[in-house]
Amino acid sequence: MSLLELKDVHSYYGNIHALMGVSLKVEEGEIVALIGANGAGKTTTLRSISGLLHPRSGSVTLEGKEIHHLPPHIVHHQGLGLVPEGRGVFPNLTVTENLEMGAYILDDKKQIEENLENAFTLFPRLKERAQQKGGTLSGGEQQMLATARGLMSNPKILLMDEPSMGLAPVLVDQIFDIIRELNARGTTILLVEQNALMALSIAHRGYVLQTGQIVLTDTGPNLKANDMVRKAYLGA
Amino acid sequence: MRHFMGSVNLRQILMPIGQMAIFVTGAGLLCSAVMLVLALLFRGSGADQVLQATQGVGILTYTLNSLPQVLIDGVTIGFVYAAIALGYTMVYGVLQFINFAHSEIFAIGAFCGVESLIALNGLGVLAKASAMGSFLYLGLALVIGMAASGGMAVLVERVAYRPLRSSPTLIALISAIGVSFALQDIIRLVESMTSGQFYRVIPTFGNFDERITLFRIGSKIIDIQVKSVVVILAAVVMLVALNYLVGSTKVGKAIRAVSQDKNTAALMGINVNAMISLTFLVGGSLGGAAGVLYALKFTRIDPFVGFMPGIKAFAAAVLGGIGNLTGALLGGMVLGMIESFAGAYLGTYTMGSFGAEYKDMVAFLILILVIVFRPNGLLGEQVSQKA
Repeated sequence: MSLLELKDVHSYYGNIHALMGVSLKVEEGEIVALIGANGAGKTTTLRSISGLLHPRSGSVTLEGKEIHHLPPHIVHHQGLGLVPEGRGVFPNLTVTENLEMGAYILDDKKQIEENLENAFTLFPRLKERAQQKGGTLSGGEQQMLATARGLMSNPKILLMDEPSMGLAPVLVDQIFDIIRELNARGTTILLVEQNALMALSIAHRGYVLQTGQIVLTDTGPNLKANDMVRKAYLGA
Repeated sequence: MRHFMGSVNLRQILMPIGQMAIFVTGAGLLCSAVMLVLALLFRGSGADQVLQATQGVGILTYTLNSLPQVLIDGVTIGFVYAAIALGYTMVYGVLQFINFAHSEIFAIGAFCGVESLIALNGLGVLAKASAMGSFLYLGLALVIGMAASGGMAVLVERVAYRPLRSSPTLIALISAIGVSFALQDIIRLVESMTSGQFYRVIPTFGNFDERITLFRIGSKIIDIQVKSVVVILAAVVMLVALNYLVGSTKVGKAIRAVSQDKNTAALMGINVNAMISLTFLVGGSLGGAAGVLYALKFTRIDPFVGFMPGIKAFAAAVLGGIGNLTGALLGGMVLGMIESFAGAYLGTYTMGSFGAEYKDMVAFLILILVIVFRPNGLLGEQVSQKA
């Protein structure tokens, strides 16, 4: 049984058929990259998993349990962490408060404090800014905060939506190093990226999404070497 | 770490009290200063001569003599406006929408509180109550008013606003205005069916009408009504509690998270609808308490009692910066103070051509002036949110 599995998911925005039968799997311990051009349906796929959008047909299962009909706050309770598109940092909450919101579903105060320490160890920069408002952080710091916040609830899988978006190249490298490290520590990751080259160089497996359909799937290195992918997404 | 948390929480209680003290003294001093300058300018004017002839004092002395009383009245009504304004501003914070039915939520609190006191009076318990007992009964009326208003606010959101959440805010606004009229008429219907008349007068009980002497200036006694003290204290306690709830508790942080980004809040496991209901419950309860306190202060209430205080509290929320809790407090205080000053001095200074009945006009003119120069309100957010 896969940790996360999508079977023939069809999602709509009003009458617009955005996902036309997306099927994909994420096994425990993997980094899986979902790549594709703007408007291919990458974010829609994540919205369909996280409960912000309910698929009209098909199924989404987490550890074999169907989650596609659940509202987002319940989906989160099932063990799904999310680093949203555009980072979604709460601008008027402090860094610490943002992280506390990430642990909202936890009741054990000791556990929350432990996770907070872990987050600060992983991102020392956030500790320096602990009492600063989220909105005053730089783009890279906000991405760190969003990532750390996504981990605060000890999720079984972390969904990351375009973590490299809008960041300077040096920061992109840093973020991808962090993702690799998180994975080495045992976090399963589904990574949605426009930056296909970077995503495929750290992913175990990848899916290529085109106008709402998976057109190609293979291991990360194979996809990176694939002619079609190189032409369409790597500019080679 | 524990110790650190403890001190943070204490700060959360002391800080709003400090803020209130600053706002009260600030607004009071500013209005007093303006008034004294006006008094100096008006020396030798017609108004001055009339006062010399009728009361034997100059306009400066007259103004100085009445100043303490005017300040006390301003603070009292200011706190009532602040408590109502918080309801508008909290709802605006989470939904970016003006709950125009909030003035009727306030009226429902006033009626339920007063009706419970009338019922107690009918049983004869109020007349026999000791001073302590009468405070308890008033406390009971406050709790009943808060429960009724809070419950009604939650119901109104569930029935009239939630189904419209994805429509443009203008649609929800129309719905709010509709609810406002409907609630007014429901109050009128219920009240006139039960007693044939639709106004109510709060029973006289306890020592709320007595006056406590604060200090004397020469032969003049500056005093404050017991009920004004009750209004101020009750409002201060509620505002501190609210500040603590929103600033320091987990649900308070969740409410703030929802107000900033609903989707992300939901992805963090926060039940957005529950938090919105909670916001209406808290804002409605504050409005209900304000209704009972208003009834205590002004004694007579009718189904339209919410309209003027509601509009003024809304104005206060805008004046302070809508969506900002501290701003609502400041706006309420400033508006209450201006109104009190205008009510007290307008007639004298214009030799009766503009009486106290024009106090609202003055208050709103000043509001317009402030808004023109500070469109986001006194404490409104100046920086837009980063993407």
